[in-house]
Amino acid sequence: MALIERPATRDGGLVPAVVTPSSSYGVFRRPVETKGWKSWLFTIDHKKLGIMYGVTAIFFFFLGGFEALLIRAQLATNEGTILSADKYNQMFTMHATTMVFLFVMPMAAAFANYFVPLQIGARDVAFPRINAFGFWCFLFGAIFINTSWFLGGAADGGWFMYAPNSSVPFSPTSGIDFWTLGLQITGIASLTGAINLIVTVINMRAPGMSLMKMPIFTWMILIVQFLLLFAIPVITVALFLLMFQRNFDATFFSVEAGADPLLWQHLFWIFGHPEVYILILPSFGIVSEVLPVFSKKPLFGYPLVVFSGAAIGFVGWGVWAHHMFASGLGPISVAVFSVATMAIAIPTGVKIVNWIMTMWGGKLVFTTAMLFAIGLIVQFTIGGLSGVTHAVAPSDTQQTDTYYIVAHFHYVLFGGAVLGIFSGLYYWWPKMFGKLLNETLGKWNFWLMIIGMNLTFGPMHIIGLQGQPRRMYQTTDARAGEGFFNLNFWNLVASIGSLILGIGAFLFVINVFYSHRKNGPAPLDPWDARSLEWMTASPPKEHNFDAIPTVHHLDEFFHRKYEDRGEGEHHEYHQVATAEDVLAEQEANADKHIHLPSPSYWPIVLAFGLPVMAYGVIYNIWLIVVGGAIVMAAMYGWGLEPATATPDDYDPPTPEGGAELEVAHG
Amino acid sequence: MADTAVHAATDHGHDDHGTHHTTTGLSNNKLAMWLFLGSECLLFGGLISTYMLYRGRHSENLGPDQLWDIPFTSASSFVLLMSSLTMVLAVTAAKRRDDRNTSLWLTVTAMLGALFVAGQIYEFTVFYREGLGFTTSLFSSSFYTLTGFHGVHVTVGVIMLLSVVGILMKRRTGEDKSELVEMVGLYWHFVDIVWILIFTLVYLIPA
Repeated sequence: MALIERPATRDGGLVPAVVTPSSSYGVFRRPVETKGWKSWLFTIDHKKLGIMYGVTAIFFFFLGGFEALLIRAQLATNEGTILSADKYNQMFTMHATTMVFLFVMPMAAAFANYFVPLQIGARDVAFPRINAFGFWCFLFGAIFINTSWFLGGAADGGWFMYAPNSSVPFSPTSGIDFWTLGLQITGIASLTGAINLIVTVINMRAPGMSLMKMPIFTWMILIVQFLLLFAIPVITVALFLLMFQRNFDATFFSVEAGADPLLWQHLFWIFGHPEVYILILPSFGIVSEVLPVFSKKPLFGYPLVVFSGAAIGFVGWGVWAHHMFASGLGPISVAVFSVATMAIAIPTGVKIVNWIMTMWGGKLVFTTAMLFAIGLIVQFTIGGLSGVTHAVAPSDTQQTDTYYIVAHFHYVLFGGAVLGIFSGLYYWWPKMFGKLLNETLGKWNFWLMIIGMNLTFGPMHIIGLQGQPRRMYQTTDARAGEGFFNLNFWNLVASIGSLILGIGAFLFVINVFYSHRKNGPAPLDPWDARSLEWMTASPPKEHNFDAIPTVHHLDEFFHRKYEDRGEGEHHEYHQVATAEDVLAEQEANADKHIHLPSPSYWPIVLAFGLPVMAYGVIYNIWLIVVGGAIVMAAMYGWGLEPATATPDDYDPPTPEGGAELEVAHG
Repeated sequence: MADTAVHAATDHGHDDHGTHHTTTGLSNNKLAMWLFLGSECLLFGGLISTYMLYRGRHSENLGPDQLWDIPFTSASSFVLLMSSLTMVLAVTAAKRRDDRNTSLWLTVTAMLGALFVAGQIYEFTVFYREGLGFTTSLFSSSFYTLTGFHGVHVTVGVIMLLSVVGILMKRRTGEDKSELVEMVGLYWHFVDIVWILIFTLVYLIPA
C-alpha cells in the first residue's frame, strides 16, 4: 500500500496522483498506468469497465439492428431476394443472439458495474480483477461468435437452437459450434459478474444502508444476479450436451438413437424463462429511478416494488414450459404452467401501478429520460397484455411460431428492456461523462423510436394472427390474403417502420457526438436526483467518494438537500443545500487513506485463452492445449500476484506500493 | 477464484491484514465461494437429470446391471469421503496457524483425491474394454458426461489443494492463510457431497 503525496488543491478534496510505472521488470511489471490505452486495457476500475461494457454493447445493438433491417428488407417485397433462405436463417438467429446476449445483457452489466458501487457508497466491486475478467470474456466470446460469419456461416437454428434441428445433419456448417462455444464464454462473464455483484451488494454497502434503504436499481440488479447465478449453469449443461452431440458424436438429441428432443427444450427454457426477467428487470430498476426524479416524488410503494421484483424472480422459475405448450406436454403440465404464467402478471402489474402512482400528482418534467421511462410503461403493458394471451394455452397453440409471438416479445423486450436502457443512458449520461445529451435530438430520438417500433411490431400482431409463420423467409402473393388483412401490405408497413426505428436509434449516436462537441460541462445535479450516485463529482473520481457517506434514509441524497418542515403525516420539503454544498462537505471530510486495487494483466490474458480453446474444439485439438496452457499460466500469475501493486511497480518506488491516495488539504 | 477483497467498504487506515470490514461481517471470499457452489448445484442438477432420463436407454448387455462393480466403486467412494475428513483436519490446522500440519493434511487430501480420480480412470478403462464407449448409447454418453464432469471437478480440486501447499511453502510462515484453506475446503466438501448423490443415484439404485 502506497501513500502518494499529492499537491494540495485549492478547493480541498482528493485528486488522483500522477504515477509513473517502473520499467525495471519489462513486460512483467504491473501495468499501473493511469493514462493512455494501457489504463483501459488492464483496468479493473468498475467505472471504466462499465463504460467498456456499454460501448461494446451499443456496438452490438447496431450490429443486431443491421441484421434486423436485412430481415425486414427481405420481407418488404413479395418474394424478396436480398437474402437466401440459408442466409436468412443465419440472420434471424444472429439477430436474436446478438440482441439478447451481446446487447441487453451486457448493457445491464454496464449500468450495474458503473452504478451499483456508486449507489451503495462503495469504492469498487468486491472482486475488481474478476470484474475485468468478466468483461474480456464477454468481448472475446462476442467476437468469437461473430467470426463465424467469415468462417463458413453463422449459426442458423434460431436463438433457442431447438434440437435435433441444431445437430450436424441439419446444420452442417460450424455456425452452431461457434454459437455453443461462444455462449459458454459469455456465460462465464455472466456467472462471475453475478457472484461479484451479489457479494458487492450484500457486503459492501455504506454504513447505515440497510437492504430496504438501497436504491431500487441496485435491488433489481441484485435480483437479476441471483437469476443469472442459477440460470447460467442450466444453459451451460445444455450447451455442453449440444457440443458433445455436434463435435464428439454423442446422441443426446438424436431421435433415431432413442433420445428425447424435449430434453433440450426443458433445459433451454429453464434457463430461457428466467433469462427473460434477466433482460427486463434492470430496465424496471432504471425507470423506477427515473420516474420519481422527474415526478418530484418518492417512488410510490418502494417495498412493494422491491418485493414484486423478488416475486417475479421466484415465479419466473416456474413458468418455463409455457414456451412448450405446443410440444405435447400433457394436460396437467399445460394447466399448471398456464396458471403460473398468469400469476406472474400480478407482480408485474403491481410494478406498473406503482409507477403510475409515482407520477400521479407529481410535478412531471418531460425530459428525454422521462419520456423513455413513460414509453416503457405504455409499450411494456401492451406486450404484457399479449403475453397473457399466450398464457392461455388454447389460444397459445394458435399463436405458437407465428408473428404474433414476434410482436409480443418485441413489445416486452424492445418496448421494455431497450426503452429502459435508453432512459438510463439519457438519465445517467451527465454522471458518466460530465456532459448532458441534447434534449431536442433526444426527443427526436425518442419519438422516432416509438413511432418506428409501433409501426414495426404493431402490424406483426395482425400478420401473426393471420398465420404468417415466424421464420418464413419469403412472402408470396398467393398466400397474402386480401383487403385489410393483406399480409404483404402489413409486411411492408413493418419494414418501413423498422427503417424509422433504425434512424431513430442512430440519432442517439449522433446526439452523443453532437453533445460532446457543443455542450459545456453538465451541472453537478442536473435532474435534482435522489440517490447516492449523484453525491459524487461528474464523472466520479477514481475512488468514487472522498468520504464514504453514512446513510440515514432511502433517497439519501434527496434528504441531504431537502429538509422536511411539515408536521405529522404532512410533508413539506424545503431545499437546504445544493449538490455542490453536499459535495463540498464530503470533500472537507475526505477519508485519510483510500485503498484502491491495482490494474492487472491477468484478467485479459486469462480471458484470451478461452476463445483459443474454443477454436481448438472446432478446428484442431492442439489449440485446446495451447489455450489451456494460457489459461493455466494466467491463473497462476493471477493467484500469485498481490491484489495491490508492490513498491517496485512504480518509478520511483513508492514507500508501500499500491494506489493509495492521501488527503491533500490542510 | 481467490481474489483478495478490495479495502473499500469503509476506511480503516492501513488495513493489510486480511481483516476486511464488510456489511454483514461475512468474508467476501467465502460468500463468493458459497454463491459459486450454489450455481454448481444447478450444473450438476442438469447433468444428473440428463442421466436419470437416459439411464435405461442402452442395449441389452451393456447397462448398469452388467457393468457396475459396486465393491470397487464403494472403495473409491470411501477414499473420497475420507478426504473430506483430512480436509477438515487441514482447516483446523490452518486456523491454529500450524503451517506444517496444514500442508501435511492438504497433501494427504490431494493424494486421496488423486487416488479417487485414478480409480475413476481405471473404471472408465474397464467399461471401455467391455464395449461401453462415449457414443455407444444414450446411457453411456450421459454416464460419462456426468461422472466426467465430476472427475474434472475433483481434478481441479487436487490442483487447488497442491497450489495452496505451494503457497504455504513459499510465503512467510505465520501469516493467516486459514481463509484460503477454508475456501478450498468448501469446494472440496461440495465435490464430495455431489459424489454421494451420484454414487446413490447412478450406482446404488437399481436401474
